[in-house]
Amino acid sequence: MKKSILVASALIAGMYAVSSAQAAGRDYISIVGSSTVYPFSTIVAEQFGKTTNFKTPKIESTGTGGGFKLFCTGVGVENPDITNASRAIKKSEFDTCQANGVKDIVEVKIGYDGIVLANSKKNAPFKLSRKDIFLALAKNVPDPKGGDTLVPNPYKTWQEVNPALPATKIEVLGPPPTSGTRDAFVELAMEAGAKTFPFIHDMEKKDKDMYKATTQMVREDGVYIEAGENDNLIVQKLEANPNAVGIFGYSFLDQNADMIQGSLVENESPTFDNIASGKYPVSRPLFFYVKKAHVDVIPGIKEYLAEFTSDKAWGNEGYLADKGMIPMEKKERDQVAKDVKELKTLTVK
Amino acid sequence: MDHPATNPTIAKVNKGLKRRYRAERRFRICGAAAIMTALCFLLLLFFSIISGGYKAFQQTFIKIEVFFDPAEFINENLATANFPGLIKTSLSSMFPDVTARSDKKDLYYLVSPGASFQLMELVKNNPALIGQTTQVWVGANDDVDMLLKGNIDRTRPETERRVNDRQLAWLDKLAGEGKIKKTFNTAFFKSGDSREPELAGIWGATCGSFYTLLITLSLSFPIGVAAAVYLEEFAPKNRWTDIIEVNINNLAAVPSIVYGLLGLAVFINFFGMPRSTPVVGGLVLTLMTLPIIIIASRASLKSVPPSIREAALGIGASKMQMVAHHVLPLALPGMLTGTIIGMAHALGETAPLLMVGMVAFIVDIPHGITDPATVLPVQIYLWSDSPERAFVEKTSAAIMVLLAFLFLMNAAAVFLRKRFEIKW
Repeated sequence: MKKSILVASALIAGMYAVSSAQAAGRDYISIVGSSTVYPFSTIVAEQFGKTTNFKTPKIESTGTGGGFKLFCTGVGVENPDITNASRAIKKSEFDTCQANGVKDIVEVKIGYDGIVLANSKKNAPFKLSRKDIFLALAKNVPDPKGGDTLVPNPYKTWQEVNPALPATKIEVLGPPPTSGTRDAFVELAMEAGAKTFPFIHDMEKKDKDMYKATTQMVREDGVYIEAGENDNLIVQKLEANPNAVGIFGYSFLDQNADMIQGSLVENESPTFDNIASGKYPVSRPLFFYVKKAHVDVIPGIKEYLAEFTSDKAWGNEGYLADKGMIPMEKKERDQVAKDVKELKTLTVK
Repeated sequence: MDHPATNPTIAKVNKGLKRRYRAERRFRICGAAAIMTALCFLLLLFFSIISGGYKAFQQTFIKIEVFFDPAEFINENLATANFPGLIKTSLSSMFPDVTARSDKKDLYYLVSPGASFQLMELVKNNPALIGQTTQVWVGANDDVDMLLKGNIDRTRPETERRVNDRQLAWLDKLAGEGKIKKTFNTAFFKSGDSREPELAGIWGATCGSFYTLLITLSLSFPIGVAAAVYLEEFAPKNRWTDIIEVNINNLAAVPSIVYGLLGLAVFINFFGMPRSTPVVGGLVLTLMTLPIIIIASRASLKSVPPSIREAALGIGASKMQMVAHHVLPLALPGMLTGTIIGMAHALGETAPLLMVGMVAFIVDIPHGITDPATVLPVQIYLWSDSPERAFVEKTSAAIMVLLAFLFLMNAAAVFLRKRFEIKW
């Protein structure tokens, strides 16, 4: 009995030894967060690791929400230094951070990502409006017979949604609710489409919950198929099923332009230039957030920030653009780079 | 004794004989069909993985002539030298008619961004190269590689492929001059993860898997065997041991993600161990494999006949001696088989590691159990989700490597069983 207590205490002591060895210092940057920003931050991290004497940062793909949760746990080397996000930090997340002692946060906007609705090249490209997208995918839609009431979505084919569209079955493959892409898609495409109905637009002020439910609920009758987080899988399924439409980030369209094509939204096709200029409506900014308290503790954070905000990375001709990220305008880049250099901290009202 | 034909019982048996033979034949056909179906699925799996991935073991290289301009190497630190510039200069000298800025960018795109690090290594190993001109085979960009392997269709309209017409013409010229070759892809087995498919390798993940399994094996085998021996040989049979047994059997069926959550709560949040490291991953996988090892070890202890135990006790051995000298050696082959199968299970696991942060982008090769690391199945998962097309074949190739490891481990289990198993 005495021996087993000894063994058990030795084990626990060993665990603490491992953790204290870690606490003594971490010599690499720890990054968590969005799977959308992951392909971009990894390429910067790799460049950074190869061109400097610092170790390559470790990047976990936890999703935007999961990233903030880890990031806001507290200050100290056991917590991540940077979190990637495919949307801006929410007030509630900022408050959690503050409550846990993560007071000073530096926000870095890095560029844009377009969300595309694509189909196989075997069929003609779709010409959609955001209203069409809302009508095709929302759980409840305004009664087609008229009036200001909502009915469960009755549409089965694109033609029923809009007579100009083909008479094929509506079949959309898209990300699950845990995904940042889904959040952005719902907000940028569906909510915007819903607002074209005056009574829904008015609802925003009168009944916020109702408005949210109407604009953000995606139909659950099998028309919208949650295809998981793996966008390559969606591309393959589109190739196999020419009538289906897939929703994913621009970089997958860019890489698979021989098999799939992006649908026009509001008459704008999802091209690099259209997303960069803001003409293509379904695009969102990408961010990452830095814990200021860690900047002088973990070696290399300043240099990583400098690498990310350098023109060879996020510029128009930079390697991030090669990977499918849409750069910001030069003026905006300069402003962000300046703020980052000064480590200007974020305030959320 | 009656004549067989007149015996009513035998007549009855004979009458049913045909039907019974038929039933047996049907049963056999069903069994064979089941095996065939399973084999077909297995073949389909192997076919789709191997046909998709065998090309990844080859990599395209382009021969360029590099002049290591001494003017670039004034600074002591090699890393500050402009290696990308050297490559650009040599490419431009190979195609002097390319002058427009956008054309030049397209030209430089043919060579992998990793080429400059390749040159850096060359100079580091042989500083005498500075000031000389040498022929170097540098890696081609992943899109060039895909084109030459036929994964990008060159007959498609220019806008639909990632290699444009000018680049095609340059590549054809290079190929005509014998300056393009495909060789065995050593980088794939030597390097860690990368966002450039042509530089990405599985060595980092293999090391991570090794350290993780090392922790798992060194903890779960002794603990599992000790638990099995105690429960089987020493523990009294009462309600408590029954409850323990039921719980162990239950634990073996718990979804593996639950162990990940447990690991996150206990090892990381409570003990404060570092995220994303083999030590935490190994501990989580230990929890997961323990029930498997305990159950296998108990089964193998049970199969040792009681006569061995009684004989040992009969000549005066203590219970401890009886177990250590006689029962354990006889049960060990079965225990090892169970352990190897448990380890193979742990090698293929991703879900629990997700929670402890081992699903991460890690470039540096881990050198110990507290370095951040990832494991083979996680590497497969991460590559399968990458947009670049060249990662598709990398994914299949990594699956092949993982399958090879699993095959080796299971073969070892079969070998051990055959070699040491004692039939009673």
